Amino acid sequence: MALDKSEVEKIAQLARLHISEADADEVANRITDILALIDQMQSIDTESVEPMAHPLDAVQRLRVDEITESDHRDEFQTLAPETQDGLYLVPKVIE
Amino acid sequence: MEWESVIGLEVHVSLSTKSKLFSGTASEFGAEPNTQANIFDLALPGTLPVFNEEALKMAVRFGLAIGADIGKHSVFDRKNYFYPDLPKGYQVTQLDFPIVGKGSLTITLEDGTEKVISVTRAHIEENAGKSLHEEFSARSGIDLNRAGEPLLEIVSEPEITNAKEAVAYLKKLHSIVRYLDISDAIMAQGSMRCDVNVSIRPKGETDLGTRTEIKNINSFRFVEKAIKSEIIRQHEVIEDGGEVLQETPRYDANKDITTSMRSKEVENDYRYFPEPDLLPVVIDDSYISAVKAELPELPDAKKERFIEEFSLSTYDAGVLTATREMAEYFEEVTQGCGDAKLAANWVTGDLLALLNKNDIEITESPIQSDRLATLISRIKDSTVSGKIAKTVFETMIDDSAAVDEIIEQKGLKQVTDSGEIGKLVDEVITNNPDQVQQFKDGKEAVLGYLVGQVMKISQGKANPGKVNELLREKIK
Repeated sequence: MALDKSEVEKIAQLARLHISEADADEVANRITDILALIDQMQSIDTESVEPMAHPLDAVQRLRVDEITESDHRDEFQTLAPETQDGLYLVPKVIE
Repeated sequence: MEWESVIGLEVHVSLSTKSKLFSGTASEFGAEPNTQANIFDLALPGTLPVFNEEALKMAVRFGLAIGADIGKHSVFDRKNYFYPDLPKGYQVTQLDFPIVGKGSLTITLEDGTEKVISVTRAHIEENAGKSLHEEFSARSGIDLNRAGEPLLEIVSEPEITNAKEAVAYLKKLHSIVRYLDISDAIMAQGSMRCDVNVSIRPKGETDLGTRTEIKNINSFRFVEKAIKSEIIRQHEVIEDGGEVLQETPRYDANKDITTSMRSKEVENDYRYFPEPDLLPVVIDDSYISAVKAELPELPDAKKERFIEEFSLSTYDAGVLTATREMAEYFEEVTQGCGDAKLAANWVTGDLLALLNKNDIEITESPIQSDRLATLISRIKDSTVSGKIAKTVFETMIDDSAAVDEIIEQKGLKQVTDSGEIGKLVDEVITNNPDQVQQFKDGKEAVLGYLVGQVMKISQGKANPGKVNELLREKIK
């Protein structure tokens, strides 16, 4: 399965990645190669194999429902570019 | 052409755990912005999720309550999208292997008929934070207190056919969730909210029409209104020769209309994949039976029991079990006064009228269950008549004094003393010679009038049985 430039643009948009016009063809080729590898894997007969959700053959451990974290808002907010009234500020987003 | 509508609901319930779904941060409503947002919730590098066992248990409780298959092997997935209130850039949810599979619940319609609505599935996922757009000019404010809070998303089959059924379904879910004590489910606070899928099709058609999705409705009333107006909008689109587009119209509660948003955006592709930071969640039969053993009596079972045990009407039993708080209140009153029938009459009658009039919940009732129980006991032991009890009830709303004290202070005690009532009866006989004569002539109905007169001058305090008895005795 070959990927064209417009599909690369769409994927990049979904992932919020900037891919320059110049790089788009090269990226398309590389993703096409990856898809070829996936096609090859897809062709293997896995009829009798149970699907796996995780490569580790283990089970999720559970946590007791307890509050173990305390409030460190002021420290965290020193890392943020902009804050006000306890809120993290970001460029205006409205749909 | 006759049309029918098909409605499906996706309901998000926030689970009332102490801590978040994957971190030990407090998960309480109404805290100062970002005071419940720590390293994991902020998605700082190197942090990993650890699943909250209570959230799992609550989801299983819900599954068992609706008779659903429980996923013994459930898997978390990442739903990828970018928004500032989702710091990780993905939401952890469950796609192919949810914790709760197919179940069902029964709704009661206004005419009393019942209908079973299937629940397709319910899965655990994490909430996003909150974005505030209005307060700042070129900025949006982000509060991540809600980020990572555990949610249960409950998806119904498209078996709902009108707005009223949708509300009945939502109210039933609300009731079950509250009985189970797994969520406050307060719609106004967002701890229960609802996305509605609506489509219409010619009656008898089996294929579904194109559906639209109205998101984040936060009151029962708006659910009803939004569905009604969206059905009207779709009819108009089709009547004008147009086509309903798959989109998310916005419901404007002020204007009571849904409007097409003509989204220019490319359709979102969430690129789901299994969450590599979490292993499959495996539970066994003994876990499930242990959770089952702890289930409380649920609304349907309670309703049946009220009908059986207390001989209540189906309607009364339905009203009294609609919410857990209502049922508890009623049971406390019944226990306190020993008369379920009277308790049901008072709770569904005067008390409910009082609550409705003031638009308050039963938990905020100015008359607590033990006080109502005492009042009913005083009717039963003839301290007050049923009629006077209503006066006492009215007084109790603003007066927190003990019931007996109110009766005593206001001099509302029923008079049963023959001598005292006798005097009043004599007075009425003297003052109403015509009616007395009519009664003597065999006009039985006049007695009611005479009893009324005695009750009146006694200010309702005379025992009506006694009055009756004495009148008959003295007129003869």
